Amino acid sequence: MTQQFLLYPLLWQLFLSIVLMFAWRHIQIQKIISIVGSAIGVGLSVALFYEVWQNGTLVVQAASWKAPFGISFVGDMLAATLVLLTSIAGLAVSSYSAASLIPARLRFGYFSIFHFLILGLTGAFLTGDIFNLYVWFEIIIISSFVLITLGGEKAQIEGAVKYFTLNFLASIIFLTAIAVLYGLAGSLNMADLAILIPQIENRGLVEVAAILFLVAFGIKSAVFPLYFWLPASYHTPPSAIAAIFGGLLTKVGVYALIRFFSLMFVEDVLLDQILMVIAILTLISGGLGAMVQTNVRKVFSYLIICHIGFMIAGLAMFTELAIAGAVFYLIHDIVVKTNLFMISGLIYRIKGSNRFKELGGIYKEYPKLSLMMIIPMFSLIGVPPLSGFWPKISLIIASFDTQSYFILAAVIFASFITLVVVAKLWAEVFWKDPDKFPKKNHFLYFKKMTLARKLQMILPILMLTGVSLYLGFGAENIQQLSIRITSELMNTDFYINAVLPNN
Amino acid sequence: MEFLLAIMTGVLYAAGLYMMLRRSLVKLIIGLIIIGNGANLLIFLLGRITKGAPPIIPGDTKFFADIYADPVPQALILTAIVISFGLQSFAIILIKRAYQVVKTDDLDEMNTIEEEV
Repeated sequence: MTQQFLLYPLLWQLFLSIVLMFAWRHIQIQKIISIVGSAIGVGLSVALFYEVWQNGTLVVQAASWKAPFGISFVGDMLAATLVLLTSIAGLAVSSYSAASLIPARLRFGYFSIFHFLILGLTGAFLTGDIFNLYVWFEIIIISSFVLITLGGEKAQIEGAVKYFTLNFLASIIFLTAIAVLYGLAGSLNMADLAILIPQIENRGLVEVAAILFLVAFGIKSAVFPLYFWLPASYHTPPSAIAAIFGGLLTKVGVYALIRFFSLMFVEDVLLDQILMVIAILTLISGGLGAMVQTNVRKVFSYLIICHIGFMIAGLAMFTELAIAGAVFYLIHDIVVKTNLFMISGLIYRIKGSNRFKELGGIYKEYPKLSLMMIIPMFSLIGVPPLSGFWPKISLIIASFDTQSYFILAAVIFASFITLVVVAKLWAEVFWKDPDKFPKKNHFLYFKKMTLARKLQMILPILMLTGVSLYLGFGAENIQQLSIRITSELMNTDFYINAVLPNN
Repeated sequence: MEFLLAIMTGVLYAAGLYMMLRRSLVKLIIGLIIIGNGANLLIFLLGRITKGAPPIIPGDTKFFADIYADPVPQALILTAIVISFGLQSFAIILIKRAYQVVKTDDLDEMNTIEEEV
């Protein structure tokens, strides 16, 4: 019964969020349950990953309804890897939010909703049914709406209105696309659709469905013309919440794009060209946006957009090497973006602000912490041998192979601009002599925190930095993993045979 | 019937989009609700409308002999309605709260958090 193992990470998160509701008013107990529970969640995900690595794809048919009639849960290598990364990011943010959020915010079921969010993410990665994917997306967005508005400050509410509208619209477009596809193919199972879609004669409508999916996931993953909600909202909630959003919410959109356009809508020249243009413009516009911002978190928000472009570029070129690059970048990006937003929170704790003009001199005050913070930033740029460097090599070689020189130029431009942005950030936040600003009253500065709380904030950052370093120095292993994922993605028979064994 | 429903779906999508493009928060939410209903109707329509043929296999056969109404779209719509109901109730609370905090109903004036660069 090793197949059932697939559902354990999912059910565990559900169990945690329900248990946390019983401890509604006891924040201290909630903190302990959440951190310990997340650690066990990591253990379960590691076990799932190991199982999939050893024995290949795991498939569970809900209530033993055979595919394509029931809902399938499919744990292939890509899904297992992303579930593992989600649980690692979840553990880091759980510990970080226990230390950095004020009790007033935690009192309204923060941890419970947080685990619902992780549940939604895990489910979205594991499901093999497009309508079920829609439901997981809804679980994700409804929990994220609660998290982004929790506290109800003016800035948060303003950001939340934009975040809500665009994400709700994306869901409706997703639903429309599902309706069109169901009308054409009469199935909702991804593996079944992969067989049925090439046989549909009305190619025009198939392309319409594909474009609708592209727009829906494009809004979710914040690609070029559809990203404006992201910088308008991601800097408003507390950093712990922004960390889990920045690290995982846009990536689930990228995951859906990779899954849909490598499994179901494969041979489509028009789509490849659209993806290519989107990738180039996302890389350039995100990078330029980050250049002009003067708020640490807004800079990071634009860098999220910029770096989504790398993954879309890999998907657009659609060669073995390019997809491997995109997958490696996805792995690297989840870790590093979660870490960056936690770092922005640490900066906020130290100085009481995230604006460049009120910051400065952190290197002089905390040299060791600053050195710890520079490592994720260097991995973000892709300084060899850190983790951002390796996927870029794959992407650049792939762009030579496919002779897509515009992508090559955009990738290099975006890497360069990231370097400039991080250099500017380092100079403004860490090196510059700070101006004298009055200290805020009623604000718990980092200096005055107890050692235990300090550690609770620093250890998650240190842990993710360690993971980043491993991704960089153990690049051989990660590249092997990416290539294995890619070979599973490119050879669609593999996925189809796993879900529909009698086909 | 299908023709009428198709027109209806189109009208709902158009009206919803038009309302979403207005500046007032309340109209924004109304637009989202309308466009959501349009999507539900679309699923219903694309599941092929069949009259008076329940999807039940008679006891003495093992498969559908006649034409039957597809039950899956109805299950999908039910799920989608429940989800969008939850989201809409959240949205209504959100705009109420937004009105209390920002003291305006105009989306263009909800930009106080944008900083000068």
